[in-house]
Amino acid sequence: MPNRSFFWFFFPAGLAMILFIGLPIISTGIQSFYAQHDQILIEVKKCDPFGCKTSVVVDQEATSKIKEEKPLGKFNGFGTYIDRNHLASDQVSEFWSESKSVGEFIGKVGNLPFYKALVFTLTYCVIVTPCVLLLGFIIALSLNAISRKIRGPLIFGTILPMIVTPLVGSLVLFWMIDAEGIIGANLQILMDDPYLSVKSSKALTWITIIIYGVWHHSPFAFVVFYAALQTVPQEPLEASIIDGASRFQRVKHIVLPHIYPVVTFVALISLMDNFRVFEPIIGFSAEGSAQSLSWLIYDNLVNEEVILFGSAAATSIMTIVGISIILTPVLLRTWKEFRTNR
Amino acid sequence: MKKILVTLLFLLFGTVANADCNIKSGSINILANDFPALRTLVETAKECKGSADFKVTHSAEHNKIAVPALTANPSEFSVRVAANSSIVPLMNADLIRPMNDLVKKYGKGIQESQLITIDGKVMAVAFMANTQHLYVRTDVLEENGIAIPKTYEEVVAAAEKIRAAGKMKYPYAAAYKAGWNLAEEFVNMYIGHGGEFFKDGGAQPNINNAKGVATLNMLKKLADLSNPDYLTHDSEAIKVEWESGNVAIMTLWASRSGTLLDDEGDAKITAATKLVAPATVGGGNIPAATLWWDGFTLAKNRSDADAEASFRAMAHAASSKEMVAKAADQAVWLVEGFVPGPKSVGVIEAVKMGAKPYPMLPQMGLMHGALGSEIVEFLQGNESAEQALKDVEAAYITKAKEQGFL
Repeated sequence: MPNRSFFWFFFPAGLAMILFIGLPIISTGIQSFYAQHDQILIEVKKCDPFGCKTSVVVDQEATSKIKEEKPLGKFNGFGTYIDRNHLASDQVSEFWSESKSVGEFIGKVGNLPFYKALVFTLTYCVIVTPCVLLLGFIIALSLNAISRKIRGPLIFGTILPMIVTPLVGSLVLFWMIDAEGIIGANLQILMDDPYLSVKSSKALTWITIIIYGVWHHSPFAFVVFYAALQTVPQEPLEASIIDGASRFQRVKHIVLPHIYPVVTFVALISLMDNFRVFEPIIGFSAEGSAQSLSWLIYDNLVNEEVILFGSAAATSIMTIVGISIILTPVLLRTWKEFRTNR
Repeated sequence: MKKILVTLLFLLFGTVANADCNIKSGSINILANDFPALRTLVETAKECKGSADFKVTHSAEHNKIAVPALTANPSEFSVRVAANSSIVPLMNADLIRPMNDLVKKYGKGIQESQLITIDGKVMAVAFMANTQHLYVRTDVLEENGIAIPKTYEEVVAAAEKIRAAGKMKYPYAAAYKAGWNLAEEFVNMYIGHGGEFFKDGGAQPNINNAKGVATLNMLKKLADLSNPDYLTHDSEAIKVEWESGNVAIMTLWASRSGTLLDDEGDAKITAATKLVAPATVGGGNIPAATLWWDGFTLAKNRSDADAEASFRAMAHAASSKEMVAKAADQAVWLVEGFVPGPKSVGVIEAVKMGAKPYPMLPQMGLMHGALGSEIVEFLQGNESAEQALKDVEAAYITKAKEQGFL
């Protein structure tokens, strides 16, 4: 396609991207460098049905004056990025100097909110993505080999997890793992421990969320792989059968190389999706045991009565940076292939 | 048939008695939490809407919506039904208007004690009081020869006895859901221990001390006697536990008693459920509970006409003797003419015992938020009490710095 027509094709999408994605990201970035003005508190008499007492409130007159002068807040530079609730540079170096072993150091750092969330997010990403790819591929292969008559209903059944709203899907599993739910109660009997709770155990909560993630995302990989499998040419397959190649050899040497670009695509999308894991944490009420970066942003914005825009913005920017870092290897590889193909 | 007739007559008289307040213009849009008493109040306000527009949003997520919705200009809602904690962010951001003039002009039926005044400015009009107190199953307690517990130490002993008797696996329940609910339990217990959250009136945190440790240890003891899924249980979830007969002693909001004791569910459990005073803890004499009021506030970023219409409708409800007579068991109304019934025991006892109101401080929301996430690991047994409290303080300080409190 000539560059000119490509430009005009891309223009509407590009404009929408700049308006609705680019600009908000820039504004988030700017926001992350600001903190609230110093609060001006004054002592006043407060009365309510339970009596009167003297206590402090924010002085609105003085505050509104400062706000008018500098509506964005107080410039804080990277202050928010390096505070305890984010990268916690001071705390990390303090832990490093006072810890006697690496294990102790890791334990202490893992107790900081940002790193706690990062560890979960990465664990989720690293386990769920390959599982989704593998499971999706296996399902696609199996369904592709099944008689056409029953393929339709089976495909529908397979993509069902993707159709179910994430929150509903997680709630169903949430009730099943309840101490009195079918899975929770049976686990208690199986392990012979009446106080076993999937929901309060950190490890079990993580496992539940990861299993849910694989269940929910596999259909996406399956659909894409299944479509790609339809394009695999029959001739080389037949030739390889004549040559006596086993099923595994055929998949490894013919099918996989053929659908390889699609695998990269699914891996990219899955990585991005998984790095932003959020719904299952809400659905499973797992805030106590599992926090992701997206959940931290949510927590800063809505969970507290005081909204922390600076914190949320800083975490958002770091999430974007994190996704870029994770995607770099895959993108580099795609770029290289693109170059060699030309 | 007769019943229907009576109801119809009642409705007829009801509407006649509640001739509308002659509101000619303006629009009213209310944001409120979702529990029976608030629904009753809003319905009563609606009776008198006149020709004004009337819209209402009842949502359990009201806290998340309030600040953004009222920040917009004009604001989405003209009325926000708030409580002692949720009014603070609205005041911090200057989103609600004083209503002294309106009270003078239209607030005849409102009692002086209902007014929430800050430096003489009426910022809210309260209509009900609330607290968390004990609910007990008298049948289970009697069967095991246990007296009604008055302290949390007695609650622990009673629950252990019930568990040892093989009667129930998880005899105690409270809303320990990680986040706001869990933090609220800490606040109650810490106040019961006589703790102060901040150092001499300032914004420096003051919870990493012996009282804080005692508070955490008591929460842990109670948690061990609760359903192991306690970290995911909010008020609604423990209410369900109670109704299915799994729990003998529970700490729950007074405002939830209405639906707990309705005709739905096992009549035997309902009959044996008794509402009693909140418990004290650690030898203290004030209850380990906080007093709350629910009241209405008016949005600042809304026209004066809307504010006036909204105030008149809400004031009608907040001073309606009929409403408090009809819905006497839904809440402890602060409205004139309210006769406390058996469901008001908890709040009335709490007031008598000298319970403290929830601290209405600008920085309290940050402390509450830090508590909700940082004490979880202690309850899970992964962290010492001191470490958990240290984490709370550190998390709070970081947030308070960002918000300009420190």
